[in-house]
Amino acid sequence: MPDAAPHHPRATHDLPAPPPVLRVENLRKHYGPIHAGVEAVRGISFHVCPGEIVALLGINGAGKTTTISMILGVLEPTAGSITIGGISLAHHRSRALACTNFAAVYAPLPGNLTVYQNLRVFALLYGVHNFPARLAEVLDAFDLHRFRDTKCGLLSSGEQTRVGLAKAMLNRPRILLLDEPTASIDPASARDIRSLIRDFARRTHTGVLWTSHNMYEVEEVCDRVMFLSQGEIILEGDPRSLPAQYGKSTLEELFISVAREPLDLGALQP
Amino acid sequence: MNLARILALPLRQLYLYRGSAARVVPLFAWVTIDMVLWGFMTKFLGSLAHTSYRFVPALLGAVLFFDFMTRVMQGVTTAFFEDVWSRNFLNVFATPITMPEYISGLLLTSLATSLVGLGVMIAVATIGFGLNFAAYGAMLLPFVLVLFLTGMALGVTAIAIVLRFGPAAEWFVWPIPALLAPFACVYYPLATLPAPMQWLARLLPPSYVFEGMRAVVSGHSFNGELLTAAFALAILYILLAYWIFARVFRHAVQTGLIARYSAETVS
Repeated sequence: MPDAAPHHPRATHDLPAPPPVLRVENLRKHYGPIHAGVEAVRGISFHVCPGEIVALLGINGAGKTTTISMILGVLEPTAGSITIGGISLAHHRSRALACTNFAAVYAPLPGNLTVYQNLRVFALLYGVHNFPARLAEVLDAFDLHRFRDTKCGLLSSGEQTRVGLAKAMLNRPRILLLDEPTASIDPASARDIRSLIRDFARRTHTGVLWTSHNMYEVEEVCDRVMFLSQGEIILEGDPRSLPAQYGKSTLEELFISVAREPLDLGALQP
Repeated sequence: MNLARILALPLRQLYLYRGSAARVVPLFAWVTIDMVLWGFMTKFLGSLAHTSYRFVPALLGAVLFFDFMTRVMQGVTTAFFEDVWSRNFLNVFATPITMPEYISGLLLTSLATSLVGLGVMIAVATIGFGLNFAAYGAMLLPFVLVLFLTGMALGVTAIAIVLRFGPAAEWFVWPIPALLAPFACVYYPLATLPAPMQWLARLLPPSYVFEGMRAVVSGHSFNGELLTAAFALAILYILLAYWIFARVFRHAVQTGLIARYSAETVS
């Protein structure tokens, strides 16, 4: 399985690479009885370095959301370990989760609270200090000031996504998990959001694990991609050079090849 | 335990109450109706019986305290249901909040909302029907405390049921107080019940409280050992309820139910 030495997007030969903010080792998830059921994730290992944006790609049902759920601590792995900021999730759940945050299109914030109220509640849950200043920063960053006192349920899906991202950055996480963060946003806003997340990751050295079905987006934003198929990582590399290595002209073509013939990947070997 | 994380839950509930009359009205409407209904019922019974039995503190007071216990339970469950109704489990349980903190937050919310209900009931019962809390003497506080602890235990057990069986199981929760009422001896003495029901009643802390209330207002003393038994049972049930919830939560995390709660079951 691919888990080479920690990679850092801006590592130099003079400085040792910083330790990963997320390290996943031999992670497995089996749903249902041991001898029946489904093995959704099959012993995957990977890491995300500070400031690095890593895409977790794969068709629906490949195991991406299962992997993210395990990293978020809402799904217990069958085997393997997850370390966040050097803290074991299994042994110090609360401390480890204080270093994370996430945004997912399937987990909108409660629609019956205003933007301010939601962010205030989650600031308490994540232990955010100096909330007024941090609130102003994230409202600024996501252009949400005018919606400050609007109930989230009244916002458009794109605006709700921005509120979700504001929540995700509230506690300055060391690892940010984004499950299709721009899925419901128009192309212009999506570009702004991508730029914002990329700047945030670079400036704060936050590692980002990003899932998306938009290969253009992945090429534009991510430092590294991992292709997940049937619960295993079968390809990993730079999204800009990886397609050519496998004789494909675009990342989307490579994605389709992997999706259609994941077990025949040997034929694609460079 | 982290106080800020605990306070996040009552704060969320306060925001919801501030913005919704539909949530505020039930805090006092049903208990007011109950007090008015049982207040007149008590007056009527008092006019029929030619005894010195004090119906107001014995019956109306018992109804008031049973309603308080019900409000405590519903305070816990309603705060939990807010996460169910808004599909917020993933957001909440992916934060650093721990299980004891989450439960403490629900209990604190329940304390606040049930005290509002208690205040309204006391006002209606005293002003409208002359209920005098001095009739319970020094036993008032222990009685209220036992009922509060029992309400908490019921609330935590109820949310464990809903977490385990999905949002539709909400309908198992609402009738719980009505199911307990016959055994809790709210309206009549324990001796009225047939022997098997008495056995069940002795397992419920409220039955000791209501027996004690009737004894005190009749001028008799209440056995301290019975009060101790009521406390012990209430604390035992809280521990048991927490254990059940922790087991159910662990099951939900193992099976993926937290992440896919709207599906109700992962099997």
